[in-house]
Amino acid sequence: MTVTETAAVEARGITKRFGPTVALNDAGIVITPGETHALVGRNGAGKSTLVSILTGLQRPDLGEVLFAGEPSPPLTDRDAWRRRVACVYQKSTIIPSLTVAENLFINRQTERGPINWRALRARARQLLDQYGVAVDADSLAGDLNVEERQLVEIARALSFGARFIILDEPTAQLDGPAIERLFERMRDLRNQGVTMMFISHHLEEVYQVCQSVTVFRDARHVVTAPVADLPHDELVKAMTGEETQAYESKAREIDGGAKVVLSASGLRLKDRYEDVDLAVRSGEIVGLAGSGSSGKVGLAESLVGLRKPDGGDVTVNGTAIRPGDVTAALKAGLGFVPQDRHHEGFVPLLSIAENATMPIAHKLGRFGMISGERRKARATTMIQDLDIKTTGPDQPVGDLSGGNAQKVVLARALADSPAALVVINPTAGVDVKAKQSLLGAVEDATARGTGVLLVSDELDDLRICDRVLVMFHGKVVKDVPRGWSENDLVAAMEGIDS
Amino acid sequence: MTESAVPDSLAVRSRGTGLKLGRFRDLTLVPVIILLLIVGSFADPVFMTTGNLTNVLQQQSALALVVLAEALVLIAGKFDLSLESTVGLAPALAVMLVIPTSAGGFGLGVPVALAIPLCLLIGAAVGAFNGFLILRFQLSAFIVTLAMLIVVRGLQTGITGGKSLFALPPSFLYLGSATWLGIPAAIWITAVLFAAGIVVLRFFRTGRALYAIGGNADAARAAGIRVERVTWVVFVISGTLAAVAGMLETGRLGGISANQGDGWIFMVFAAAVIGGVSMDGGKGTILGALTGVLVIGLVENILTLKGVPGEWRNLVYGAIILVALMISRLAGGKAQD
Ligand SMILES: Nc1ncnc2c1ncn2[C@@H]1O[C@H](COP(=O)(O)OP(=O)(O)O)[C@@H](O)[C@H]1O
Ligand SMILES: [Mg+2]
Repeated sequence: MTVTETAAVEARGITKRFGPTVALNDAGIVITPGETHALVGRNGAGKSTLVSILTGLQRPDLGEVLFAGEPSPPLTDRDAWRRRVACVYQKSTIIPSLTVAENLFINRQTERGPINWRALRARARQLLDQYGVAVDADSLAGDLNVEERQLVEIARALSFGARFIILDEPTAQLDGPAIERLFERMRDLRNQGVTMMFISHHLEEVYQVCQSVTVFRDARHVVTAPVADLPHDELVKAMTGEETQAYESKAREIDGGAKVVLSASGLRLKDRYEDVDLAVRSGEIVGLAGSGSSGKVGLAESLVGLRKPDGGDVTVNGTAIRPGDVTAALKAGLGFVPQDRHHEGFVPLLSIAENATMPIAHKLGRFGMISGERRKARATTMIQDLDIKTTGPDQPVGDLSGGNAQKVVLARALADSPAALVVINPTAGVDVKAKQSLLGAVEDATARGTGVLLVSDELDDLRICDRVLVMFHGKVVKDVPRGWSENDLVAAMEGIDS
Repeated sequence: MTESAVPDSLAVRSRGTGLKLGRFRDLTLVPVIILLLIVGSFADPVFMTTGNLTNVLQQQSALALVVLAEALVLIAGKFDLSLESTVGLAPALAVMLVIPTSAGGFGLGVPVALAIPLCLLIGAAVGAFNGFLILRFQLSAFIVTLAMLIVVRGLQTGITGGKSLFALPPSFLYLGSATWLGIPAAIWITAVLFAAGIVVLRFFRTGRALYAIGGNADAARAAGIRVERVTWVVFVISGTLAAVAGMLETGRLGGISANQGDGWIFMVFAAAVIGGVSMDGGKGTILGALTGVLVIGLVENILTLKGVPGEWRNLVYGAIILVALMISRLAGGKAQD
């Protein structure tokens, strides 16, 4: 950055507390006009808090925000903020029960007087066209998929005329091709002179689209540098504050004669997957890979009982499970980590102790009474085992950052020492270190004899698998043993046979 | 990459059918209403007369206003159970402020002309207090208004000594009993308020803000909607509407019993929900809620005409509400919530 150039955005000396938590401690960021600037840090480092301060949703306790050298507008003037900064928040700000058109013009459907719906739809179509977003303005926003919803948010954010846009973990929920399309769009925007701030836990993405990077750790600013000056290992070191090795998966002997703990035969679900046979043995980790439309998540959810298959059989630990019966599957000895931890994974207002011990509640006391002491003791062990960062077993899970909440979900799945474990995208939106403890916990469970089915969009996660089943258009097309090359796996996932 | 590997997620998918149903979702109860009209006309020759149908509308107009009030609150993602008690307290307290002690009032000598404004003001005050507790102390609307349902009813029994009020000023009874152009004034008033509700919620930013707040309060806040203020105003308006309902009911019956409005809230919720207003907020329309009221009113009327014994009423009533729910679910296509 040249000294003469005014920063497009600058935050200085920002401190923000939430009760006892210090989310930001004298932190700041300087973003040069026209650059795409990455903000990285572990879960809970304060990134999203900075985003809400930079977009005027929250007032910092101390410090100031400058746009092109000018002080920021008052918090009450939302429109002034939105002319300066556009944002795609980590939590969706789309209202599912309204149409796309209305979402685009929420609270500005009309200048004054009654709303002209026809004109509003026309304006919406024009806006969608302008940003090349191919969705129907009349459809309900709740019917869109994640990618479409995000594109609608981007179009809406930019429609206020802001030349600075913040993307908070936009890739966490997208599959490979969708991420590529998003990056293509980001490069276009950059060519048009738009300044961006990009948050992601995938450090390789930082090198793909960003020119400079700022690292936050424990609510503080650690370093800002051009990406070229901070190779991967140093970036990880800045984030974690210590030297970290890449995750090494443990060596395992697979006993070909070990008991099959999870199996499916002839499983099918219309438009999702067809004729799937698989078997997971005790002590084995089987990966399930495929693109977003391959049907892998649908298949995994059917094995668990969250989704009812049209036909075929599922067996857990030797017991045949009635299709779509989660309770029976759990009883037979299955544990699972669902795709959407916020919806199916935990009860946000309940404490870590309650969430993590839910499946074993019946073992913690007699006659339906739960012993608080025993529950707490169990939860404390789980917190240690999985290295959950928390104020204690009584903290509500809703207050934890993403990676730690995910650990609670895994702790719960493992609470009953399940014979079989189904894990769907366990590391989505989770930082490097949390990722390692999550994968470590899965491997430890395997060592104790659990058979694991690991569904993931992340090739890194699949490295711990003894073999990877690749799905394409609803069929299992390949069974790849350990030691695969990235290219081969990706080719198989995209349906190219080598 | 082969061509087929590119998901077609970016292509414009045809969502035609869902959308069309969505647009007519307000009207899913229309077949039920038609069915009830047919059943009614076979059940009793009196049913299809103008007199009877006008009667149905007049009887339902007070309940309809409470349904309107509740629909506003539900769409904004909140709850108000206390409305039924406001239906009793607002007119009772207002009237007691103006009538002499001999008639059961406080004998304060407040001008009679102020009875109606006072009634509305009391309704607004109850709503404002609900909103204050819910928003300022971030309490659950369900629990706050449940407590308020008891408190407000208790206040009415307290000040009236549990007695009914009969000697009421004619000016206060006028709107609930008068007839304009051959149709009861209560029907006109209810119709106008519903029309206003339909237009504001469909065509005005403030109205749309209710949907945004009920659909996703954080998103609404990020879009610059003053979520707390709007929600508070909704509580005030719905309290006022309940007071209007109480006034119309008082005029229709010519007196205020200690349990005026008691138990209405169940019918109110039934009407709103079968009319397509979601208990989760952000969904439903005022027109839909109106169709819900009509269904309830027609069922009640047919049961009365058929002389179904009182003891069996509730059973038939509840069963028919369940059937209406199922029909609206089938016609609406989407899961009821
Ligand atoms: N509204 C809030 N209330 C209480 N604590 C919060 C709130 N928002 C964030 N925090 C806390 O502040 C810290 C930083 O959170 P956040 O900015 O979301 O981190 P990041 O986005 O880097 O993962 C975390 O410890 C989080 O629990
Ligand atoms: Mg965040």
